[in-house]
Amino acid sequence: MNALEWLTQLLEGVVALAAAPALLGWVNQCRAWLQNRRAPSLWQPYRNLRKLLHKEVLIAENASPLFRLAPYVIFGAMVLAAGIIPSMGTRLPLVASADAIALVGLFAAARMFMALAAMDVGTAFGTMGARREMMVGFLAEPALLMVILVASLTSSSTALPAITEALASGHLGLSPSLAFSAVAFVLVLLAENARIPVDNPATHLELTMIHEAMLLEYSGRHLALMEWAAQLKLFNYVCIGFALFLPWGVAVGAIGPVGLLVAVPALALKLAAAGAGLALIETVSAKMRVMRIPEFLATAFLFAVLGLLVHVLLGA
Amino acid sequence: MPLTGWWPRAQPVAGAPGVRRLAVGPQEWTQVAEAVAAGGGVLHALWVNGTPAEGAQVYAVYLCAPGALAVELTLAAGDARPYPGLQGRFPAASRLQRAAFELTGVRSSDADRRAWLVHADPYPFTRVDGEGVHEIAVGPVHAGTIEPGHFRFSVVGEKVLRLEAHLGYVHRGLERRFTALPILAGHRLAARVSGDSAVAFSWAYCQALEGLAGATIPPRAAWLRAVCLELERLANHLGDLGALGNDAGFAFGLTQFSRLKEDVLRATAAAFGQRYLFDVLVPGGLSVDLAGDGARALADAIRGACAESAELRTIYDEHEGVRARFSGTGRLGPALAAQLGVLGLVGRASGQGRDARLDLPCLPYTELPVAKVVLHDGDVAARVAVRFEEVQECGRLLRQLLSKVPDGPCTAVLEEPADGAFGIGLIEGWRGPVLVALQAGPAGTVRFCHPHDPSWQNWPALEYAILGNIVPDFPLINKSFNLSYSGVDL
Repeated sequence: MNALEWLTQLLEGVVALAAAPALLGWVNQCRAWLQNRRAPSLWQPYRNLRKLLHKEVLIAENASPLFRLAPYVIFGAMVLAAGIIPSMGTRLPLVASADAIALVGLFAAARMFMALAAMDVGTAFGTMGARREMMVGFLAEPALLMVILVASLTSSSTALPAITEALASGHLGLSPSLAFSAVAFVLVLLAENARIPVDNPATHLELTMIHEAMLLEYSGRHLALMEWAAQLKLFNYVCIGFALFLPWGVAVGAIGPVGLLVAVPALALKLAAAGAGLALIETVSAKMRVMRIPEFLATAFLFAVLGLLVHVLLGA
Repeated sequence: MPLTGWWPRAQPVAGAPGVRRLAVGPQEWTQVAEAVAAGGGVLHALWVNGTPAEGAQVYAVYLCAPGALAVELTLAAGDARPYPGLQGRFPAASRLQRAAFELTGVRSSDADRRAWLVHADPYPFTRVDGEGVHEIAVGPVHAGTIEPGHFRFSVVGEKVLRLEAHLGYVHRGLERRFTALPILAGHRLAARVSGDSAVAFSWAYCQALEGLAGATIPPRAAWLRAVCLELERLANHLGDLGALGNDAGFAFGLTQFSRLKEDVLRATAAAFGQRYLFDVLVPGGLSVDLAGDGARALADAIRGACAESAELRTIYDEHEGVRARFSGTGRLGPALAAQLGVLGLVGRASGQGRDARLDLPCLPYTELPVAKVVLHDGDVAARVAVRFEEVQECGRLLRQLLSKVPDGPCTAVLEEPADGAFGIGLIEGWRGPVLVALQAGPAGTVRFCHPHDPSWQNWPALEYAILGNIVPDFPLINKSFNLSYSGVDL
């Protein structure tokens, strides 16, 4: 059985790496359809990655080793996070090694490397992007922690597998406290993954960028890793959302071949639905002013606190 | 002396109706400028013809209450003294004078002598000092496919304290190039001064040329030229409205308006054989006559564009996110706009109600009055609203024009103009009033030609509109102005 668990763990990592670009491709397809455009291929993000991996790497003369190191650190952090999140099963070797708070710390570490690397070369755009990213980050992290706290109250544990198991074994349907924190989580997901209305991943306007501004100096395989890491981050956030709020289909308890046969298609279905929902939110929203992001994330925090209050006061 | 005192002394100029020419000495040059400023007029164009060694004429064209006044100051050969600068009364004069100096060597007396078109030394931007102030340098190469220009922001955090633009990256030596062309072929180059205003520039060139050749174009040609001009306005406004939505992160707007613009362009191609109407306007008339099929294709595209743009306006107006980005952003108040002499569409969104189609109307606008759209808020929302209103007005005008186009020929034969004859063409393009000053040389050559785009006036205004706004709102504000780089780099 132990071998099967490690195999599943490996499968989870491979699926995350392989499916993350497809998730972005799917979101882009849905967005195009919703805007009455002809959609790019689902495989377009893979083609972009392949193209970038074959391209020459150009590095600014005054770049420090940190600049070269950052893509690997960030990519590594996102792969590790993918292993920790119980997207298919709850009894996996890595899943048990870190709880949700460590996961938030892992994302924070990646963010820190990202911001440092962006400021490393010393261009105005990189610094501007890093500055805005840190503003988004320090407002989003408390909201995310509060969301996790609410979810962990129901299961009395901050370990993601415990939360998932408690939810999956419970009644179908969200309790009111979890519904509030789910709303908060969606807002955090939009902000953390540089989606509209917080950031515009499709923009060419360098003065308005947050995430893209930090990548402007990267090229070749470094850029490929950064983009892949961003796709993994979106995939991870969506999977955290599933683990906290929609755990159905995840193999609970000891993993068998049958559990896996259910878990993989269930994950695919949930990802497709989440991607379509994300595209819908992005299509009907406009990008907000940078100065309104604090309000947006304060709203997220407020929703999470409401979830907490509902749980503590009403026990629901 | 008020402006009405100078007016009778001025002589009519060939070309655009309502333009007069006044020869003055250096003292009168300043007095006329004072009179124009006192009467609420604005500086439209300024250029120099000649060199200090050979002698030169400095021209300033003012748009004022009775019409347009082209003031001419002659400097004697060998006179290297600077002519009185106009920057104090008309801020837009500064860059015009500096560019004219670099092209001719004739200098104004104004203090700002920084190079403008010539990029030999690093440009001395004005420095802003203070706690936490830093500079952001943007361009000339941008992340998107747009024209090159450099923007230097001085900011605290995200707030813009100062913006200075430095242009001149697409200087092509147009004035010199005109003199190497036969005068009857110059309209082709004029159409390429700023490609999005091809009709406006080529009409202004043809108007000047036909004026100094003493020709009258057939009525059908005049009406069809107006059809072309309004189609250009319609296509540009539709494109801008989509791009403005996109810059607010509302990509739905871009896809919808791009489709509408494409419909108009395809109908234009079906009617005139050219999507952007290059070289359709030729001296004496039009190179292509409008056939019945083309007129029907145009009518269909215009009807669709107007109806759908009205629907999309409701979406823009009612979308909370889009409205929050547009309203109050990049405000250019009417008082400041008047002081800066802002022209055209940007001016009409800031209470400056000038429109050459009404103020200096030529055929067919004499018979078909335009309903002017003037708003006073001066923010991005106002510039969007002016575009929406003008789209509907374009639709109305085009329907009228197409239904009333007179029959007959659409070209007239032009006589070769006399050596030294001088004319001015002035046409309200989609961006604002476009001017072409043309002087004929011997045997069908061009002695001098100066094309002027209203972006000269509006670029400095952009630097004021951004003040107090945040850095990431600049692209939106810039798009709402949508000024030409090539049109001012010449």
